[in-house]
Amino acid sequence: MRSALTALWGIIWKDLLLEVRSKELVLPLLVFVLALVVLFSFAFEARPALVPLVAPGVLWSALTFLGTLGFVRLFSLEREQGGLEGLLTCPVPRSLIYAGKLLAGVLFLVGVEVVLLPIFSALFNLPFLLPRLWLATFLATLGFCAVGVVFSAMAVHTRAREVLLPVLFFPVALPAIIAGLATTSAILKNEPETAGRWLSLTLAFDILYLVVGGALFDYILGE
Amino acid sequence: MPSAYDATPSGAVPIWERLLLGATGSTLLASLALIFLWVPTDVNLGVVQRVFYFHVPLAWTAFLAFGIVFVASIAYLWKGSERWDSLAYASAEIGVVLGALMLATGSIWARPVWGVWWTWSPRLTTSLILWLIYLGYLLLRAYAPKGPQGARFGAVLGIIGFLDVPIVYLSVQWWRDLHPGQVIGPQAEPGALEGPMVVTLLVSLLAFTLLFASLLAFRYRLRRLEDGLERMRYARA
Repeated sequence: MRSALTALWGIIWKDLLLEVRSKELVLPLLVFVLALVVLFSFAFEARPALVPLVAPGVLWSALTFLGTLGFVRLFSLEREQGGLEGLLTCPVPRSLIYAGKLLAGVLFLVGVEVVLLPIFSALFNLPFLLPRLWLATFLATLGFCAVGVVFSAMAVHTRAREVLLPVLFFPVALPAIIAGLATTSAILKNEPETAGRWLSLTLAFDILYLVVGGALFDYILGE
Repeated sequence: MPSAYDATPSGAVPIWERLLLGATGSTLLASLALIFLWVPTDVNLGVVQRVFYFHVPLAWTAFLAFGIVFVASIAYLWKGSERWDSLAYASAEIGVVLGALMLATGSIWARPVWGVWWTWSPRLTTSLILWLIYLGYLLLRAYAPKGPQGARFGAVLGIIGFLDVPIVYLSVQWWRDLHPGQVIGPQAEPGALEGPMVVTLLVSLLAFTLLFASLLAFRYRLRRLEDGLERMRYARA
């Protein structure tokens, strides 16, 4: 158990260290997602009266694109210097590699979201501290990361991966995105009961995606 | 894995496939005769209602095809035999074609009945998403490496994609509950079918199921031949 945790931490640490040294993921993703929010607020005509209707769509379209770009990078890190072979030769179960890459991905995206959410709140004149909004965002991020990592590992071996990844990812991750969207929408419309229901649904989707993703990840990595 | 070196099938069309093709052709002709000559025109909806006898069987065979991809994908990951992968691939390809026809005939049917070409009801949305997932499956197979790796990728998507269907359905349904006012949709289904209509529908269902079986048998055999060719090329190189 202890050695498993050490191995898990090792995989996460490796990705974090790479990111700290190269700064190729979190910072550019943050700028990208801010640009998206600005673009979408024009596309969806975010007048003050429309904010509760428009803001969730702006946030979740931006987060979906953010995730896609993150997943494209997450495994191409491993490809460039033959890191994947190194990971595969590690004497750890494959499920740990899944968990490690998943948590690293979640940390990167949550890192972006922690900065994004206050800015988003300011841009749309929302209260800064909406704990439920933060919770909803993180939970839904975990859910779509659980599938995203699987497709990320797949896309690294395919041609046209930048296009193929969203094509595979969007339809499959739709329930997690809908759940995040619906929670956000219920929170902004001040319907705590509906928000609570969607929050538990998000959690249920997370568990389902984690189980299926974890079970199938093994087959992606191969022998 | 010795199963990866299954004997390549010969190019000859086996006798049972010829029989299946004959049965498909005659049943299809019979169902066309029933649809266009025999069954009475619907009193309320008029001639356009006849597209229903295509739409329902197309939807059934498309979902059957995706179900087969799911089962064959599980079997492939479990047993590792290339045959299962060929079956999954063949079924996905046919399913995407049937699904496209299902969506098109559905739109033709929706326009006069509901007054719109499309509505984002759970059933329609789920069908569209399912179709998109298997379109993605074909893209993945085209862009992934050939051989067992691509087959494994396909199997994983075939399984995740099908498991996703009920979740998509539920989430869309609950999402729609948040937005009342969208009452048009399959909930407003017309009343019970009359006798001749039921007969026509059943014959049409049988005909399309046979058509699907024939296409699947042909595509499966072709896929096995393609794989065999690939192996020979690989062995010579």
